[in-house]
Amino acid sequence: MDTFQETIFKLKKYWSDRGCIIQEPYDVEVGAGTMCPETFLRVLGPQPYRVAYVQPSRRPADGRYGDNPNRLYKHQQLQVILKPSPSDILDQYLGSLEAIGIDLRKHDLKFEEDNWQSPTLGAWGIGWQVMMDGLEITQFTYFQQCGGVDLDLVPAEITYGLERLVAFLQGQSSVYDIDWTRDTKYAAVRHAEELQHSVYNFEMADIGTLWQLFDLHEKECQRLIDAFKAYEPKTRFPVLPAYDQVLKCSNLFNLLDARGAISVTERVGVIGRVRKLAVGVANLWLALQQPEAAEVAQ
Amino acid sequence: MSTLPLLIEIGTEEIPDWMIVSAVTQFREAVEKALAENALGGKVRMADATPRRIALIIDDVLERQPDREDLVMGPPKAAAFKDGKPTGAAMGFARKNDVDVNALHIESTAKGEYVAVRKSVAGKPASEILGALIPEAILKIYFPKTMYWTGKNGPRFIRPIRWIVAVQGRAVIPFELAGVASGSTTFGHRRMSSGELAVTADNYVETLAGAGVIVNSAARRQRMVDGIAALTAPAGLQAKVDEALLDTLVYITEYPTPILGGFDPEYLTLPAEVLITVMRHHQKYFSVNDAQGKLAPNFIAVMNISGDPDGIVRHGNERVLKARFNDARFFWDFDQRRKLADRVADLANVTFQEKLGSYLDKTTRMMALVKELGGNAAAARAVELSKCDLTTEMVKEFTELQGQVGGLYARAQGEPEAVAQAIYDHYKPVSMEDSIPSTPEGCAAALADKVDTLRGCFGIGLIPTGSKDPFALRRAAQGVVKILTEAQLPLALSSLAGGNAALNEFLLDRVRYYFKDVRGFAYDEVNAVLAAGSDNLPDVDQRVQAIKEVRPSADFEPLAASFKRIKNILKQAEFTATGTVNAALLEQGPEAELHAAFDRLRADVAGKRAAKDYRGALAAIASLRPAVDLFFDKVLVNAPDEAVRRNRLTLLATVLTEFSSIADFSEIVTGS
Repeated sequence: MDTFQETIFKLKKYWSDRGCIIQEPYDVEVGAGTMCPETFLRVLGPQPYRVAYVQPSRRPADGRYGDNPNRLYKHQQLQVILKPSPSDILDQYLGSLEAIGIDLRKHDLKFEEDNWQSPTLGAWGIGWQVMMDGLEITQFTYFQQCGGVDLDLVPAEITYGLERLVAFLQGQSSVYDIDWTRDTKYAAVRHAEELQHSVYNFEMADIGTLWQLFDLHEKECQRLIDAFKAYEPKTRFPVLPAYDQVLKCSNLFNLLDARGAISVTERVGVIGRVRKLAVGVANLWLALQQPEAAEVAQ
Repeated sequence: MSTLPLLIEIGTEEIPDWMIVSAVTQFREAVEKALAENALGGKVRMADATPRRIALIIDDVLERQPDREDLVMGPPKAAAFKDGKPTGAAMGFARKNDVDVNALHIESTAKGEYVAVRKSVAGKPASEILGALIPEAILKIYFPKTMYWTGKNGPRFIRPIRWIVAVQGRAVIPFELAGVASGSTTFGHRRMSSGELAVTADNYVETLAGAGVIVNSAARRQRMVDGIAALTAPAGLQAKVDEALLDTLVYITEYPTPILGGFDPEYLTLPAEVLITVMRHHQKYFSVNDAQGKLAPNFIAVMNISGDPDGIVRHGNERVLKARFNDARFFWDFDQRRKLADRVADLANVTFQEKLGSYLDKTTRMMALVKELGGNAAAARAVELSKCDLTTEMVKEFTELQGQVGGLYARAQGEPEAVAQAIYDHYKPVSMEDSIPSTPEGCAAALADKVDTLRGCFGIGLIPTGSKDPFALRRAAQGVVKILTEAQLPLALSSLAGGNAALNEFLLDRVRYYFKDVRGFAYDEVNAVLAAGSDNLPDVDQRVQAIKEVRPSADFEPLAASFKRIKNILKQAEFTATGTVNAALLEQGPEAELHAAFDRLRADVAGKRAAKDYRGALAAIASLRPAVDLFFDKVLVNAPDEAVRRNRLTLLATVLTEFSSIADFSEIVTGS
């Protein structure tokens, strides 16, 4: 039976063989692999792109102090983007399951409607959750819009929840019992991280500081967006650093939310602030893809 | 003319189950209509679907349209011929239609005489017409949310179209849609078949059956029903029948096969509500009862594959369910660390609505309201704790169990049974079909909740318009009406509206809806009672019942017509009665007799009305008909003498007012 990392190796190899760039995880905190520039920005515009990467994804509110066998503050996603999506994409996806040792004739597989959307990113898509023997093992999405912009080419996004998938493959009912390597359990690698971050996120994070940080990153991002118009030459403009500021804001929003510092009413407003930045940066990125459209983006 | 059967199959990626039935109907109707419009005949043999295909088989489709003769109208005769000679206009028209000018003739129409020509038109081959109409019919199917996949501005459909079968007999009807060329081959089950399969209308169903696809949705349903019975009956078990779940499963599978799984009976210590919700809503399993009707430690899952010989799928599903149950137990244990009663203050952090404040504010208002509604101490306690479960992990995970979780926790935490049950029930009824809370305390708590929401939202102008009703105010108002009526609570609707006229009207609308659509009374009967000013619903209920019973009697509708006439007379005369009838001014005969009849009935009707014998009262009123008829037959209301005239109007007004207090007869729609 494959270990956690062997399964990851096989998936990366599978998608590498199908023309994907194998990227390494992005180094700014994100809530999902979708938020990495490799997805969020690359899906915009007319350039074809294929990429796959593992992305540790932080969901502060899902932390359970390492007590819950299935819920994690941080889990690993294997994210695949095929832009544009090939017409045999679902067959290719099923092939990836076979590549990691699933005999599809012996398992039950269903595609259940699940349309993804991220209000903070102004993004949405149409798709399914893929259910294997009653377990959701993949989220599959055809992106339609990102940063509030209709996409030129429709990318397919395949997101494997790695802990869940490997627990399924290894027959474990707790992710902490997964064999990361032959002689190291998942718990030995990650349990302390789950516990400590849960304590911080739920009990010790300073709300005032988090709000301050949020405001600072927001201001920095907006400053950059505003500077674009006058800046020349456009090709040197730091769009990617501006996007990092969006990610910082998004993560701080999630932390504040987990801390119970955002009321239901405030929520909409704060989401709107992050969305505004995301849409702004997406438009700058597009402007750089199509220099003649740079004026329009403003 | 020769005909051949037509097969159309739209091959797609998996369509959401709940959209499929409507899509099949629409597609069938669009194609039928197009065939008829093009005189191609055709009779639908099959219209069905699986998640991956929408298929239509139509028999007797003509291979070629019949030839026909068209009448083409040209310019007016006056412009086409001058002195019997064809003008340029006539010659142009002839040339355009490729005929000799002598072939033109004159047609007389309503607008005058025109030049015309009869042209015989050869019918087109069906494949040419179908090649245009099928893609059009496909793209015309309405789906609630569509996507594009071939690039911006590409065609939209519910999911990508991957293949299209369009064959008449054995011949492909050629067209292209979204980059897919139509053909004569389909694909079988994703995992029980591979490669392309050649199909025609006549072997389509069998070919797919051999490739792991049951095209017929009714057959898939039957296979599930039979399979479930075969799994449960021998074990003395019974699966909980759930039509909606069956519908869903029919359309997320191409080859449904039920399996029986089990779980550790130890989990039965968790509330059945939680276990069933996990199975039903989160896992799409049927829950199973034992011979005594109690929840058994089993479930039925439905696979999309023919079998599970090694028990791998069963084992997988059992493991998933165990993890879900563990989650639920974790939530239960975690939540018990703080009692509901200790969570009231936390509600300050849960927003109900921006302007209406938190759930703590709502609770405070509901506490006052439940007293106003006559709720007892248990009802008040239930209201106090009713929203606390919103702060629990269990409700955050299973939001559909709000209320029920609160009730279960209250019971576990030693609250009196009446309190626990009232909390449990206080969202009821969640639909017109759902029952009202089972206890008086539950009804009081449910009313307090709904009335507060209604008053609050109407108070800040959040009034539902059209299909927009984000706070589900219609459902809340319907719940209020249902509870008041069925629990026989004599509370005035107008007082519940708290003086808000828009809310009062909104509630009355729901009353009309309830008595008409749910209870089956005629709308005018309901209007008659409401117009008489009754807004205590058990009373309204008795009155409409009485009208319904008395209505078929010979006197009732004619009397209603007369009452309407009286109302119109008074309105036209702009008359308002100020005094009483002066007997001395009454003319002997019909007028005096009407007065006498009225006097005789008056006490009887009043007595019966006071005793709530509405049927008897209405029957008594109806007996006034001959006297009223005779009056209108013989007496001139507009008497020349002003005093007599006023006295007459007073008599009519008195009769109308006195006898309209149960129901306003003028609202009754009569044949006359």
